[in-house]
Amino acid sequence: MKIAITATGNSLNSKVDSRFGRCSYFAVYDMDENQTKFIKNPNKEAAEGAGPAAVQLIAKQGVTQIISGEFGGKAKSILEDLNIQMIMLNGPEKSIQEVLDLMAINK
Amino acid sequence: MKIAVASGKGGTGKTLVSTNLFNVIQKSGFAVDLIDCDAEEPNALQFIHADLISQKSVTQNIPVIDKEACTFCGKCEAYCHYNAIVVLPKLRHIQVVEDLCHDCGACEYACPAGAISWKSKTTGTIRTYAVNNGSSLIEGRIEIGVYSSVPLIKEVMKSSHHRQLAIVDAPPGTSCPFIATVSAADFMVLVTEPTPFGLNDLKLSVEILQQLDKSFGIIVNRAGLGDHRVYDFIAKNKLLLLDEIPFDPRIAKSYSEGKLITDNMPNYHKHFLQLFSRIKKHLQYDRNSYT
Repeated sequence: MKIAITATGNSLNSKVDSRFGRCSYFAVYDMDENQTKFIKNPNKEAAEGAGPAAVQLIAKQGVTQIISGEFGGKAKSILEDLNIQMIMLNGPEKSIQEVLDLMAINK
Repeated sequence: MKIAVASGKGGTGKTLVSTNLFNVIQKSGFAVDLIDCDAEEPNALQFIHADLISQKSVTQNIPVIDKEACTFCGKCEAYCHYNAIVVLPKLRHIQVVEDLCHDCGACEYACPAGAISWKSKTTGTIRTYAVNNGSSLIEGRIEIGVYSSVPLIKEVMKSSHHRQLAIVDAPPGTSCPFIATVSAADFMVLVTEPTPFGLNDLKLSVEILQQLDKSFGIIVNRAGLGDHRVYDFIAKNKLLLLDEIPFDPRIAKSYSEGKLITDNMPNYHKHFLQLFSRIKKHLQYDRNSYT
């Protein structure tokens, strides 16, 4: 099972990026392998449609859950169609590592 | 000849200027069109007495993908510049995000399987109203829920004959609908107000018009309010100050009653006639300077 987290940089110490479609990186955590890889978001500066393009990118990775601060309307409806669960992260800024630790506790 | 009245900031007086300018020109016996391109909220009709003579729908094409014929090769997605197609080959999933489609046809060109056909979607309505002696009001009104008014605005701008003089009420802001209007106009009138907000948005509009190489003049509305920084900006950049409209509570009252100030206050009738002759003089000069 794979989970994506929107990230401001490409390390585990990077903060969670609060925007989905226009985040800097996607941290893709593979639960079975216990490994995280970072994918640069090529659509960060897209004029239009950054959300749908981001959905396509992470869905191709086989992600079933996505964690971010917020999701735009267009992205939301496609994620719903694809049965990818959206998890919205509120509260104080967290690093990718902190989110992964939280998930390990809640498992 | 299309003269578009615009402002970066909403509520500075675009409709006040465009409707009154149209009114004085039309009443002095010239045939003129008023084109309302503020398609998300057209309101010029509230000030002009006019009879509906025709209306037409504006449509755009949206691709329909035949999932039986589709090979999920992803070429359509690669060709789409607007991220309007999502393809996931492994999941055998393909979908069109209708709001993002610009109706360019690239996906159909890209598709090797012939899986793309088209459906029509109504994006808005163009209504033409007769005013007087060959003058008319042309209004573009976007369909509720349609993402972009640009295709509709392009059609509205084409609805007035190019030889006819037309005053255009442009959409607010400086984004795509503004640019679609400006691109089809011959001369721009920017309405601003002497406040920090007015100045900020005037700067944005001026920057775009200079990039588009459009000639323009500026009207300071609600003159007497705020400060002098708008005037400093105009002077420093050697811009054309066409007119000042005073901060006059009678204007606000008349506007809120849906009445034209050029109809119920003779001094403003004269004021707008003078404004029109200044614009004409400038256009004449401008045309000569190009030839």
